[in-house]
Amino acid sequence: MKIGEVSRLPDITTLVLPRTPEQEISGGYASDLLSCVMARAGAGNIWVTLQTHPNVVAVASLLDIAGVIITECADIAKIDAATIEKAREESVALFATPLTTFTIIARLARAGVLGIDEG
Amino acid sequence: MTAIPEITKVQELIYELKIEQVMSRPVITVTPDTRIDQLKEILRVNRISGVPVVQGSKLVGIISIEDLIKALERGEMHSTVGEKMSRQVITVNAHDSVVEAVKRFEEHGVGRLPVLDSSGQLVGILTSGDITRGLLHAIGLGYHQEEIRRYRASHIFEDISSDRTSLILCYHIPARELQKAGEASSKIKKALYRLGAQPGFARRVAIAAYEAEMNLIIHTLHGGDLIAEIHPDKVRLLAVDDGPGIPDIQQAMQPGFSTAPDWIRSLGFGAGMGLLNIKRCSDQMMLDSQVGVGTRLEVLFYLKEEAVLGEHLSSTS
Repeated sequence: MKIGEVSRLPDITTLVLPRTPEQEISGGYASDLLSCVMARAGAGNIWVTLQTHPNVVAVASLLDIAGVIITECADIAKIDAATIEKAREESVALFATPLTTFTIIARLARAGVLGIDEG
Repeated sequence: MTAIPEITKVQELIYELKIEQVMSRPVITVTPDTRIDQLKEILRVNRISGVPVVQGSKLVGIISIEDLIKALERGEMHSTVGEKMSRQVITVNAHDSVVEAVKRFEEHGVGRLPVLDSSGQLVGILTSGDITRGLLHAIGLGYHQEEIRRYRASHIFEDISSDRTSLILCYHIPARELQKAGEASSKIKKALYRLGAQPGFARRVAIAAYEAEMNLIIHTLHGGDLIAEIHPDKVRLLAVDDGPGIPDIQQAMQPGFSTAPDWIRSLGFGAGMGLLNIKRCSDQMMLDSQVGVGTRLEVLFYLKEEAVLGEHLSSTS
């Protein structure tokens, strides 16, 4: 699955478009603990998390993560504006969904995205 | 959300570029008493489709090929520009961003915009073709300048002669300022890319720098310094603070051990993995700490044989 195609999944709101929409997602990782993400997530991965603060973007950018999906977000207005601003600055693709982490991961998996331990 | 993302650079440019940088000049003009059949020749010879009309130094109207065709249909080729021109002229200011012109083209559906300077003098003319040309030129130029900057940065150590040259980046990391967390690490990573580091190497340093930066933010009394020493063959990362100090380093190194407060944990920090992450992605790690004095973390990353920072980039890429 290409990172640009995430925008077209149902129930996904795109907050920041990917700079390279044709980039193939290299795998998926989900965690709300930033140090775990730092330790395990790889370049080009899609990261699914509940966290919405700007440090999510810092972590994603440092790891060259392809994009971040923020889950259980019923109202995108509640996401810190600094997070979206920073994502734009750092060119980190950012998506939000009201759905739960599990549901989104299941959808990504059906679209062919594998977990990092399967890839 | 259907915009084409590659347009981002162009979007930036239409805000950055000024109208005076892309407009055409000098401007071909006519006067109100120019005859329509003369206008036809002026348009044909200059291969243009419209001209501003000036009287003295004042812009009084604009006339286009459409007005000419209408006059031709009516057999009024001997009438004057003054009779056929539009008197309501939409103009732009030379110092405005190109985006202003784009808005005006969209809003009024006109083919060209006379450009005025701050004193209201006609200084140029702008068509959508001028904007396209200006953008293409700016993208080409931007690309070229970026290449030069990258080249210069990646060869920085070549021109400087000493027995040992290094580049030292120092960042003061304030305590408890989570909003800015990751900024220093991100800058270190960008500097490494500039110097020609491979992505894998830059990532290793960035992960360690981030964890060290977070530790300074979360755990120190007064913040601390994060220092990256970039050598041609290695990077040395130092994180130094003046307290409170770690009582038991062995315990601090245990996976999952954390002294982070709950509010920090609720944000996803303080999982007790930081020091472990640093150790895992570095080649050497030294941690000294004394309670009441402070902590000093030193981390080393060695470049593999062929890879060198700051020189000979062209031979490896």
